[in-house]
Amino acid sequence: MSASRLAAGGSDIDRDRPLTFTFDGRRVEGFAGDTIASALLAGGQTVVGRSFKYHRPRGIWGSGVEEPNALVDVEGAAGRVPNARATTVQAADGITVRSVNASPTAENDRNAVLDRFARFLPAAFYYKTFMWPDWHLFEPRIRAMAGLGVVDSDWQPRKVSDQVNHHCDVLVVGAGPAGLAAAASAAAAGHSVVLADDGAHPGGSLRHRAGEVDGVEGKAWVEVTVAGLKGAGQLVLSDTTAFGLYDHNLVALNQRHADGRPDTLWRVRPRRIVLATGAIERPVPFANNDLPGILSADAALSYLRRHGVLVGREVVVATNNDSAYEPALALAAAGASVTVVDCRRDGGAQAKTRIRVLAGRTVAAARGRSAVQGVLLDEGTTLAADCVLISGGWTPTVHLFSQAKGKLAWSDQLAAFIPGEAIGEIAVAGAVAGTVSLSDALASGAAAPGDFGSSSPAPRGTGTEATLGVVSLWPKPKARGRVWVDYQSDVTARDVELAARENFVSVEHLKRYTTLGMATDQGKTSNLNGLALLADITGRGIPDVGTTTYRPPFTPVPFASLAGSRRGSMHVPVRRLPLEANHRRAGGVFQEYGGWLRPAYYGGGEADASIQEEARRARQSVALFDGSTLGKIEVIGPRAAEFVDFIYYNTMSTLKPGHCRYGFMLSENGVVFDDGVLVRLDEHRFIVSCSSSHVAAVHARLEEWRQDRFGRDAVYIHNATAQYATLTVSGPNARQVMEALDLGVALDDASLPHMAVAAGRFAGDEVRIARVSFTGDRSYEISIRADRAEALWARMQQEGRAFDAVLLGLESLMILRAEKGYIVIGKDTDGTTMPHDLGVAGPRTKRADEFVGRRSLFTEAANGTDRNRLVGLAVREGEAPLATGAHGVEKRDGRLRSIGFVTSSYQSPALGRPVALALIERGPARHGETIDVQHLGVVRQATIVAPCALDPEGRRLHA
Amino acid sequence: MQLFPCPFCGPREESEFQYGGEAGNLRPDRDVTAERWADYLHMRDNPKGPTREIWVHMTCGEFFAMSRDSVNHKVSGSSVLGDVEHGR
Amino acid sequence: MTRHYSALSLFKEGIAGQTGWVKAWRSPDPKPRYDAIIIGGGGHGLATAYYLAKNHGVTNVALLEKGWIGGGNTGRNTTVVRSNYFYPESAAIYGLAHSLYKTLSKDLNYNVMLSQRGILTLAHSEAAMETAARSVNAIQVNGIDCELFSLEDVRRVVPIYNFSPDARYPVYGGTWQPSGGTARHDAVAWGYARAASRLGVDIIQNCEITDFIIENGRCRGVVTSRGAIRAERTGMAVAGHSSVLAAKAGFRLPVNSYALQACVSEPVKPIVDTVVISPDTSVYVSQSDKGELVIGGALDRIPSYGQRGNLPVLEGVIAGMLEMFPIFGQLKMMRQWAGIVDVVPDSSPIIGESPLPGLFLNCGWGTGGFKAIPAGGTLLAHLLATGQHHDVSRPFDLDRFASGRLIDEAAGSGIAH
Repeated sequence: MSASRLAAGGSDIDRDRPLTFTFDGRRVEGFAGDTIASALLAGGQTVVGRSFKYHRPRGIWGSGVEEPNALVDVEGAAGRVPNARATTVQAADGITVRSVNASPTAENDRNAVLDRFARFLPAAFYYKTFMWPDWHLFEPRIRAMAGLGVVDSDWQPRKVSDQVNHHCDVLVVGAGPAGLAAAASAAAAGHSVVLADDGAHPGGSLRHRAGEVDGVEGKAWVEVTVAGLKGAGQLVLSDTTAFGLYDHNLVALNQRHADGRPDTLWRVRPRRIVLATGAIERPVPFANNDLPGILSADAALSYLRRHGVLVGREVVVATNNDSAYEPALALAAAGASVTVVDCRRDGGAQAKTRIRVLAGRTVAAARGRSAVQGVLLDEGTTLAADCVLISGGWTPTVHLFSQAKGKLAWSDQLAAFIPGEAIGEIAVAGAVAGTVSLSDALASGAAAPGDFGSSSPAPRGTGTEATLGVVSLWPKPKARGRVWVDYQSDVTARDVELAARENFVSVEHLKRYTTLGMATDQGKTSNLNGLALLADITGRGIPDVGTTTYRPPFTPVPFASLAGSRRGSMHVPVRRLPLEANHRRAGGVFQEYGGWLRPAYYGGGEADASIQEEARRARQSVALFDGSTLGKIEVIGPRAAEFVDFIYYNTMSTLKPGHCRYGFMLSENGVVFDDGVLVRLDEHRFIVSCSSSHVAAVHARLEEWRQDRFGRDAVYIHNATAQYATLTVSGPNARQVMEALDLGVALDDASLPHMAVAAGRFAGDEVRIARVSFTGDRSYEISIRADRAEALWARMQQEGRAFDAVLLGLESLMILRAEKGYIVIGKDTDGTTMPHDLGVAGPRTKRADEFVGRRSLFTEAANGTDRNRLVGLAVREGEAPLATGAHGVEKRDGRLRSIGFVTSSYQSPALGRPVALALIERGPARHGETIDVQHLGVVRQATIVAPCALDPEGRRLHA
Repeated sequence: MQLFPCPFCGPREESEFQYGGEAGNLRPDRDVTAERWADYLHMRDNPKGPTREIWVHMTCGEFFAMSRDSVNHKVSGSSVLGDVEHGR
Repeated sequence: MTRHYSALSLFKEGIAGQTGWVKAWRSPDPKPRYDAIIIGGGGHGLATAYYLAKNHGVTNVALLEKGWIGGGNTGRNTTVVRSNYFYPESAAIYGLAHSLYKTLSKDLNYNVMLSQRGILTLAHSEAAMETAARSVNAIQVNGIDCELFSLEDVRRVVPIYNFSPDARYPVYGGTWQPSGGTARHDAVAWGYARAASRLGVDIIQNCEITDFIIENGRCRGVVTSRGAIRAERTGMAVAGHSSVLAAKAGFRLPVNSYALQACVSEPVKPIVDTVVISPDTSVYVSQSDKGELVIGGALDRIPSYGQRGNLPVLEGVIAGMLEMFPIFGQLKMMRQWAGIVDVVPDSSPIIGESPLPGLFLNCGWGTGGFKAIPAGGTLLAHLLATGQHHDVSRPFDLDRFASGRLIDEAAGSGIAH
């Protein structure tokens, strides 16, 4: 191949802005407007990559998204992009481009030797060998050979990708003649239009193919039309690929930016979709049709007219249709010697001068090793060539239509599948719809918006109209030599034959068995040739063979586009306490607990020591704790009492106003879903205080049962969790601190006994004081408007100082509650735990009314005696705490089995020994029994005891 | 991204909704057999094609019934819960 | 004619131009009567056919597939194979599968490329480490290899994870099953098909069940798009369609069908050596032998039989994946797809005789069917051959929903798949 840049020409490039970059270490010169591929061609780079399997040398085939060969790793200002398609990435000054799957360079690849063993490595050979002695022996080497580009492991994430939601009346995909006509028609009718095209400039084929529209040269018409659209405020997106057509007509587009910004994801919801996605030129089957220097005829024309690159001097064009003649003539006019090998006996009748036409002839084989040097014709003649252009007909780009579950129809006339019956508000126009001439493309485009189009006449092609006249030229069984069907996956016609012989005759089997169409180009150039060959082998028609399923994305989409701004702290953001800043100033060390960021402990010291110290001091005098995450869901209404009875396992309607009660909520399967305290403020008003991490779920369940069973008028539910901060004073001196706060509430035990509630005031704001305890000590929870909590917290600390008050993080609170045997749902229970497993059997046996989950408490399993039940575990004096997650084990029938596990385990500073909670099979019936407890293979002994290890009489609650 | 019609708020994106079960799965009276309870709790029609389901629009909190097709995902309508759909 | 697969036969065929290979499986026309019918030509159905013939000598068997074999979830999953399960019942069934997988290539004379690269389930908090310890201990008690990993262990195995101090999902450690890994999904289907066909099973594709033949309250065969086919015992293994067939047979199942999506990146040189699962993002990543990153996530949230991917779930999965591996921000997604999974309330399979006598079930594997294929096949074959449960399948009978003896692995695995 002797491609070169011509002295003039090239509508896309700016010869005043030269640039240089390197390819495999070699310097390449180009101009602004070049793609990497056009610059490589201009620089005479024939071999640009190596194939996936055999490491065959490969050159540039196409000029757009269909490119199977020219994949490169690009290192630019914005970091590395592995597996970039050289035909669609703009060249830029200073970038480093490397071929993929080649070492050290594409031209001299040390693995090229593999191709010599190709006869032993047919399609799917790996299923037939590497079994003895073991696949694991072979896999590492095969793995090392696999893959294309190289990931940069030092890569740093850049600015996040923008994601744009957009609504419009009409989305037109493809800005070729049909797409432009469609967009113009919809815009003229006053509708909002988005016109998206995956090229750097709108125009499609009009950018490099001859054509006149309404008497104007095609390119000029494109410019006027685009300017008109933009002037009318319509959105015209270049470098933007519509990659997915999803449910309810959502179209996903990926927009690339030339200025180094990360790509943008567009989610467009049009009322009507016009697919003017064009068609892709197919290869012609002949032996060695993969040699570098063999490329799409249309691509060659594009490189000539858009980049001023002449792809060869001595050119053979192999074709079965008329569309190859414009490239042939243009290259001849640019100085190449051109011979067209047209398989049609009447082919080339329209070619007048400058080119030689061999009608009724086909190419049997290409000659050359790392670049094409000539072709052998079917009748035995050899033609010298430094470049072979091939045009095997056009495959409509039906991908998006098929993604939308549109059915395809076979067209004998076009030798291709085209969209069948229209679906919903999705129209097709132009080459994808099977049009050939410019006039037909424009007319179908103008009509495509349907009710969204204008009635003004469609633009008309006024010059020479394109014809196709394609005859089928499919790969044939038993052909001589290696006829390549899928370039990137290295699938030959013989591989397809082998698959068929082995009964892989379903098209999906063919694809999976041979990997045909599974490469990064997703078979854009190869699928139809493969199907046609399979049809021939199996004696079926091509439509009977059908196609594989088209799946998104049409072209690969950057992960970064899909992720958008959901990165770092924006990925499922944590919830934060109103007093976070105060806790941080106090030395709080934060961790995430159930979606909330909360202080684990305070002080800069070693974690364990700090936590032990907090727990120790809390029992001595007084502790302050921020419990704002606790759920506060109000249940209000005439049937509120009945409602909470139904929702809770425990009877709640007997609760007196001004009091609260601890209870469980069950799921309908009888499993404990949440626990907490229910406050009754008055006859018809309750507050559900649920676990911090369950607030949303509890709220949703309350709403569900309310709407399902009680009705809007009967109960009203309001989640006030975020509106209040809840600050807790706990410990033997809690009451003294509370007195000092002066909240206007009588704190004597007669007025405010344990499990009572009172209303007070702090600095003019109403506060609610609940005497409930999660520490086992006398405790007061004060709930206050979240925005007024700071002053109260400051005051609490100030008044607490006299009592050596300690701030409790969540970790020390966990110790305090475990000493008391108080459970945490989801930690000390699992997805099987029922209330009677936790020692609360009363309502199960006594309640006569219905409640959520009741029936499930009486299944065979629920009645079983082998259930895991809550117990405490004690270890011998002086031993360290058991590991949380350790399992109780026993041998039965010679086999080790689990009899439950440790759910919580801590060193108790108050007791000076470890405490542990566990769910153990038949636990409560085994108090006093010593069991084996295994953690990571090490077995210890523990004795089953009651869950409550500290103050079982509960005196401290009232101390 | 599918669009679901909340009867209270109008069409909204699927991510704002949560599935609430098949319509008409009424909660049985107490003291039913274990089999009947399991039927309510676990057994489902799970139809392929047209289906009527309970959904909740999480942003407004309202439950409603929606008819749609479980294969092509076309939504044919939604309505405020009537007596028949009561039941999870 | 070359029937046996080996390096030698491949070499000989290479010399001979690869012309001697025979059909991997026969495609006969269905006969009117068989000893047993298997509905569903996915991995489970094909494995059932193979084990019926191999373990029980029952070879007069028809396997009926609506489309093409291996075309459902067998060809759509992320190929993970593991057995690190919490409950002994689960450990028994997945352990059986895992042990059969280990010798499957040799048993079938078909390289299914079992790649025991290890499976790492991360723990993102202290609390998750406690849960991880609970899991590891349970799994070890069940006699299955599993280790508790520290942060340092994780660094060693996946050095490219996001260990930055401000990572949204910091790592504290995790659980590690060294014998876990992946297998080549298509090869499992084709390997079983080839082996079953050789033992005499008729594999009949493009054969859709339109009805069951029910006589005297028993299933006595099926009516298909290719005619009526009778047998005294029929097994069904039709993931993604279980409820549809159950309705034809006159009963309901505790099944909801959802799409489960996955995607792959473009192929790149080796960068991840193991399977990494993050319970907090619900995302898991491995790299195939072709070099593609294989990425899966949680189930879709909308019940569906539409076998296709969508955007919102994909975006969430990818965002989670990039939190785990920010360097993958330089890569692109190449292909996206979905399979329909039959989800059971306790996420454990249903195996046993159906409410229609003579019809046996193997369904409800949810997201975990691929790894269980050899066990699902063994157990359904046992039922079809003997009419009785194998000890391993007994706990998974449909009767557990009324008895309440569910086997809910949610406690045992961060994400069930």
